[in-house]
Amino acid sequence: MAHVATAEAHAEHDAHHHGPQGILKYIWSTDHKMIAMQYLFTGMFMGLIGGLMAYVFRMQLAFPGLPVPGFGLVSPGEYNALVTNHGTIMIFWVAMPVLIAAFGNFLIPLMIGADDMVFPRINRLSYQIFFISAVVILLSLVVEGGGFGGAWTAYPPLSAESQYNLTRLGASLWVLAVALEFVAFLLGGINFITTLMNSRAPGMKAYDIPLVCWMIVIASILFMLSVGPLIAGAVMLFFDQTLGTGFYDPTRGGDPILWQHLFWFFGHPEVYVVLLPAIGIVIEIVATFARKKLFGYKIMLFTAVATGVLSFFVWAHHQFIAGIDPRMANVFTVTTLLISVPIAELLFVIIATLYGGSIRLTTPMLWALAFVAEFLIGGVTGIFLGASGSDVYLHDTYFVLAHFHYTFFPIAIIGTFAAITFWFPKMFGRMMNETLGKIHFWGTIIPFNMIFIPLFVLGLGGQHRRIYNFQNFPELAAMQPIRVLATLSLVVMLLFQIPFFVNFVRSLRRGEKAGRNPWHSNTLEWTTESPPPHGNWPPDQMPVVYRGPYEYAHPDREEDYWPQNLPA
Amino acid sequence: METLLIQASSYAASIDGLILLVLVLTGFWFVLAEGVFFWLIWRFRAKPGIRSQYITGKEKHLKRWITIPHALVLVCDVFIIIGAVRVWYDVKQHLPQPDYTVRVIGQQWAWVFQHPGSDGDLDTADDIYTTDDLFVENDKTYHFQLTSRDVLHDFSVPVFRIKQDAIPGRTITGWFHPIRTGTHDIQCAEICGIGHGVMAGRIHVQSASEHAAWIAEHSPASAQ
Repeated sequence: MAHVATAEAHAEHDAHHHGPQGILKYIWSTDHKMIAMQYLFTGMFMGLIGGLMAYVFRMQLAFPGLPVPGFGLVSPGEYNALVTNHGTIMIFWVAMPVLIAAFGNFLIPLMIGADDMVFPRINRLSYQIFFISAVVILLSLVVEGGGFGGAWTAYPPLSAESQYNLTRLGASLWVLAVALEFVAFLLGGINFITTLMNSRAPGMKAYDIPLVCWMIVIASILFMLSVGPLIAGAVMLFFDQTLGTGFYDPTRGGDPILWQHLFWFFGHPEVYVVLLPAIGIVIEIVATFARKKLFGYKIMLFTAVATGVLSFFVWAHHQFIAGIDPRMANVFTVTTLLISVPIAELLFVIIATLYGGSIRLTTPMLWALAFVAEFLIGGVTGIFLGASGSDVYLHDTYFVLAHFHYTFFPIAIIGTFAAITFWFPKMFGRMMNETLGKIHFWGTIIPFNMIFIPLFVLGLGGQHRRIYNFQNFPELAAMQPIRVLATLSLVVMLLFQIPFFVNFVRSLRRGEKAGRNPWHSNTLEWTTESPPPHGNWPPDQMPVVYRGPYEYAHPDREEDYWPQNLPA
Repeated sequence: METLLIQASSYAASIDGLILLVLVLTGFWFVLAEGVFFWLIWRFRAKPGIRSQYITGKEKHLKRWITIPHALVLVCDVFIIIGAVRVWYDVKQHLPQPDYTVRVIGQQWAWVFQHPGSDGDLDTADDIYTTDDLFVENDKTYHFQLTSRDVLHDFSVPVFRIKQDAIPGRTITGWFHPIRTGTHDIQCAEICGIGHGVMAGRIHVQSASEHAAWIAEHSPASAQ
């Protein structure tokens, strides 16, 4: 099987090599590494936009009614559009493209010893559709009436009828962009799954696959299984908006709650769709820099599968107070709390791996360890919300907001920086600067906690989400200093991204040459040149695998690492 | 919790109690996990000449380090589930016999409240309608019939710890029992359009005599 796929991919590469050149290379390339870069840079650009959106609406909350430097006055409609699109962009145009598409594309063929994806042209199409979806979501912000402002969850009837949301075009373009983005990821997912199953290097058995590849593939399967109902829901929403159907309109026999079930049936697994790749990235980095074999490969793999399966049975915990039958809340409280068991186990395994290690606190390792420390906060605060009795009070408050930022920030931001700093030498052939890397690390982590710990307090104090000015609520007005603290921390955190960009751009040209394996890591991507050539390895030197990916400090070997491709 | 926001309904204390239970149980795990985590990072920091150990995690005595905490997490979950279901049953599932019933109608972007007049019954000629201000009598059990005229809204009274979405086309009945007089915020907790941020109501919990006086003063002329 592997050889058939390899032969086809070769034909593809030959065609490519003599095909598009110059600027066209960036549009029509089928090389998985080029597509990974396209996803990475598009995702980082969208992340910058999402971050600046947060700056604008946080400034409005801290200094209500004053013009925001660089933006001006924020109207309630603009405020709603900013929070809505901040959430939408950060999840669908930052977390997913970077963690799954960029690193999935870059790592899977390199880590399993393949020369490319099984379907390189589908891969290219995936990025092109994704690019169009990104253009559409940005366009939706500037059309007449402004961007959609019904929150990233887009509950109808508000999202379905322009007489209520006042953004006829913005709302339709928003749905269209999200639907296009799903198409792109379905195409990408097909590729990841097929490639992992069929194109592995000779000798690489199921339990020799680096866990990050497994995690991305499990995430792709979860995505493909959960997104179907939402696509059906999105089509109905689009028809309600544009054709005047009444799928969600109670006055015409529809039901607004239907959307919530379809949305969250997708929306909760989606959390694990982005979580698992981030966990995978952290595993690779922790094993490398603790110089340790992973504590329980199979435990990790099957726990991830269990988490994925359970994640399909928890969705209504988003709807405890939404008007579902109150008896149903008891069922979903049980399933939701049960999911804490596999999640705790994933973290325990990573922590246990540190035991007996020889831990080097490089910049990527700092990010990976920060992921564990911060995600724990996101995990335990989820229990407050999964328990129906306390969710009655905390639902839709800033407690929820702080909770999921303690999950999504470690996933999407910490996980991404961990991966970039770790694989930068492989991607570009040069090392990043450690001093700038550490300045960036501490300058991001400390303000991050100073943004979101205050928001837990605001939530416990009864402050609800998506309100553009809390001065209208006498009980909340007194907590203004806490809001100012959170906003100033955000500004500091955004400013500390400058060292990262400086480091990134400078290291591209002037970084120290990395060589093939600067971290003395075991997995196959480190056995080829940095950056890897077309086809990843010369055709006559494709790797053969003899052992698992985490054989560090093996007693039979003098060096403390044992690359997967070295004969015994 | 009480220091952040007063408890003004009969079930506020039990909801806060549940939050405290979760805080204690998860707090224990959090401190333990972070403590072990940072200790390991410090204890096993790289030192020249010392090689890391080769531990597969396959041996039974090592697996215990995962399976025992695993079982303990499950035990904590059971406690939290029992607490959550009990509180949930009292607040949402079980409706006590009401003294009065009020109707709460959400619309873009105001709350409309329909109070029973001096006869104590809803949907009679002496009902009192108000916008954004709800008047209730202290220490009485109220049912609220919640609905919406347009999009989703959410009737949330933080000092009562109660929250319920309002859905067009449906009427959802809930309850509360105020335990202290005073005026407090009602927030709309579900985004409902550009006016969501100004959809601020007030609830006035009055003593029996104040409330009777308020009803007398505001009864519609037609009913007198």
